[in-house]
Amino acid sequence: MASIPGHISTMPLSVQGIGKSFGNLSVLSDVSLEVAAGELVCLLGPSGCGKTTLLRIIAGLERQDAGRLLIGPRDISRAHPQERDYGILFQSYALFPNLTIEQNIGYGLSTRNLLRSQIRERVAQMLELVGLTASATKYPGQLSGGQQQRVGLARALAPSPSLLLLDEPMSALDAKVREHLRQELRSLQQQLGITTVMVTHDQDEAMVMADRIAVMNQGRIEQFDTPENIYRYPATPFVANFVGHANWLDYQSVSDGRVHLGPLSLQLDKAVAGGPGRLFCRPEVLRIDNQAQASNSVAAQVKHKLFMGNRYRLTVELEQLQGQPLVADISADLGAAPLDAERVWLTFPPHGMQAFPGGAV
Amino acid sequence: MSSLPYARSVAQPAQPAPRRAQAALLDALFARGVKLLMVVLLVVGLALPLIAMLGKVVEVQNGLAGVWQFVSSSRFLWLLGNSVKVSLSTVALVVPLAYVFAYAMQRSWIPGKRLLRSISLLPLMAPSMLSAIALIYLFGNQGMLKSWFPDGIYGFSGILLGQAFYNFPMALMILVSALGLADARLYDASVSMGANHWKTFVNVTWPGTRYAVFAASCLVFTQTITNFGIPVVIGGDYQVLAMEAYKSVVGQQKFSEGALIGSILLVPALISFAVDAWMRRLRGSQVSSQAATYVAPRNRVRDTVLLLAAGAIALALLSLVLVAVGASLINFWPYDLSFSLRHYDFETSGGVGWLAYRNSLTLAGLTALIGTPIIFTCAYLMEKTRGGWFDGLLRLLCMLPMAVPGLVMGLGYVFFFNHPGNPLGGMYGGIALMVLCCVMRFLTPAQMTATTALRQLNDEIEAASLSLKVPLATTYWRVTVPICLPALLEVFRYLFVSSMTSVSALIFLYSPDTVLAAVAVLNLDDSGNVGAAAALASLILLTSALVSVALYLISRGLLVHTQHWRSARV
Repeated sequence: MASIPGHISTMPLSVQGIGKSFGNLSVLSDVSLEVAAGELVCLLGPSGCGKTTLLRIIAGLERQDAGRLLIGPRDISRAHPQERDYGILFQSYALFPNLTIEQNIGYGLSTRNLLRSQIRERVAQMLELVGLTASATKYPGQLSGGQQQRVGLARALAPSPSLLLLDEPMSALDAKVREHLRQELRSLQQQLGITTVMVTHDQDEAMVMADRIAVMNQGRIEQFDTPENIYRYPATPFVANFVGHANWLDYQSVSDGRVHLGPLSLQLDKAVAGGPGRLFCRPEVLRIDNQAQASNSVAAQVKHKLFMGNRYRLTVELEQLQGQPLVADISADLGAAPLDAERVWLTFPPHGMQAFPGGAV
Repeated sequence: MSSLPYARSVAQPAQPAPRRAQAALLDALFARGVKLLMVVLLVVGLALPLIAMLGKVVEVQNGLAGVWQFVSSSRFLWLLGNSVKVSLSTVALVVPLAYVFAYAMQRSWIPGKRLLRSISLLPLMAPSMLSAIALIYLFGNQGMLKSWFPDGIYGFSGILLGQAFYNFPMALMILVSALGLADARLYDASVSMGANHWKTFVNVTWPGTRYAVFAASCLVFTQTITNFGIPVVIGGDYQVLAMEAYKSVVGQQKFSEGALIGSILLVPALISFAVDAWMRRLRGSQVSSQAATYVAPRNRVRDTVLLLAAGAIALALLSLVLVAVGASLINFWPYDLSFSLRHYDFETSGGVGWLAYRNSLTLAGLTALIGTPIIFTCAYLMEKTRGGWFDGLLRLLCMLPMAVPGLVMGLGYVFFFNHPGNPLGGMYGGIALMVLCCVMRFLTPAQMTATTALRQLNDEIEAASLSLKVPLATTYWRVTVPICLPALLEVFRYLFVSSMTSVSALIFLYSPDTVLAAVAVLNLDDSGNVGAAAALASLILLTSALVSVALYLISRGLLVHTQHWRSARV
């Protein structure tokens, strides 16, 4: 812990029943979220889902119409932004262009009852933390995008806030830089153990960085869970579609742990008996062989085959369920059996499927 | 782990430090205080005088019948006819010329654009009477080119030319910015469909600029119909409404008549203001954010024609200025053409010249020094903070100065501040009231300049400073002001030069001690002292031009000096 300057008072964040409308447009309705101390939570969703509004409400930059906010034991629902205890990193970083990197980082310290030497010491620590000591006297415009992001982060962390808010922090960066900085930001956050809420529309980013992800849609939280559970066990069809690729097959009924799709029936691990609905599975759980397997194996035609580098993406159609193409990912390793046949056997593992009762997604 | 005094340990609950609540309180005081100050200024310095003037109309003898009697009198109709005729003629002359000039500036490859543009701004640097004085020297009874106007320059043609000179830069500014906004994609599409130049102009350029042509026409019409400086100097027997309003208040003490004419002159201004606002809403944002900047291709024939046209216009503007300045340096036109500075001692005119000049410098300096921070800070707070209905009221009030001609404002000040019951009456005749009047009169364009600059800044800068618990005023001072310094200097320049050259409102407000240079120009000319009037007008021109150049150099130096952080925008 020697490299980490200052204490971070880790505090949980509690969002309780937040509602917000702009005019007649309801942006958030009854949003609740418990973020544990030291946890990184991602707000993930398509644009317009309300994730940025929620972050701005937590920051006090927008005022909610209903609901409460707590940082630790303290109710901040009605507090001004300056009375809340957080640091924020914006999409644009919002660095002060006319101030040097040092001055930017020390900006939030200058109004506190600190000696000049204490400020200097703290700024030096932060510069070291983000590895920009050599650029202390440069101006933001002279740094690369990734460096600017680190300055923004150091500036937000310098006053030792108990909560860190990240507003699409990677979206202004190149793909390569982004991947590297994701890990850097995450490990820094873990080192400091600071409670963090991050907004993103990039599911990969959320997967890689978050302890838990809150998937949002139309002003509501659809699912709040770990990345693994969000991916494997989506709570709603929306989550299944938004995160990763989803395959869907219409079914007529579920009974005795089996789902009935026209002439076919497949074994499921978890199945509640009921009426029609849609069956969901991920592309990579599907197995493709030249022969039928013991159970849940169905004959299919290969329609397209795309080479993706590390894998092939096949588009297949079940012979008995025409018109509902499925996507299956298989390894492209040279050791793997090459599949040239047009007719294959598709195996649906019982653990990889989920039945969503009801109609369309 | 280091143990800095400000770092809280995990065990301690996070209590809000009192300093943070203080920051929020300071912000509220800063934001509401400045906005409230602005509303008070606008109410006292604009709304109430306007109401006072409208109230004065009621005092016309015989009430409504009296008003009707007045407006149906043959003299009033004659004045109205004269005013409308000369104003419409000015629009017809100025707007096409300004369009050609603006087109040459924005859509051609002609050389010397910067020089031409600088010359085109000269009329703004001097009081409106300068052109009329120069015209008299050229075409008047003793003018060297008298034969050009066999019927005499005094009257319709004199007013028309003088107004054209004075209004040209204002029309030009609107058209230059309209022609600067063009979507290259539309031009590419037009050319790719085989349209020729004329067709492209009719189908692309004209639709994109016709609103600006209308706006410029409205502005020129309103300015011309409410201006009385030029008619007083060169109008002769051709009398107009604005002059009549001025004379009935200043010369004949017929206040209610002055108020009535003032109210009538408010009508075209209000109509054009309303139509302009309506059109703006109608068309929304014309150029989308995806628009590519259009750069006109080179075309030798077009550029030659445009260079000749713009050059001729600039030459005409420049020669009027040079004639006025030159005439002020000549001993006795046209009999003794030797060089002389005698017009500049203002002895024959009772020595009022230098006093007036000093007063004008004081007024312009104070207006710029006081007006710039108030207007800029208020624009900042209106852009970056929210205040509900109060902001709506403020926004409305801030647009009002645009719709009130100077003459009307001056009359309003007379009726409001000169009223025996007004506790602020002591300000009347003093420099403070004139400063207030100037800040109010020139508020809207100054604020638009500020707002344009502020909109280019990232809104997240304020949000970031809030999250760092820094008071808004600190961020405004440490970050916003340094970034916006060029715009700030431009607001300063505009307020200084406008106050220096303005006559219309201030002529009602001075006392013998606080007489102003631009007002003295009018008075000197009126008393037949044309040489001294030309000298004083030249002095104003020189001062305005020098201040403008100096501020331009400072601004450029600043940009060079701050290049290291301005070069790459964050």
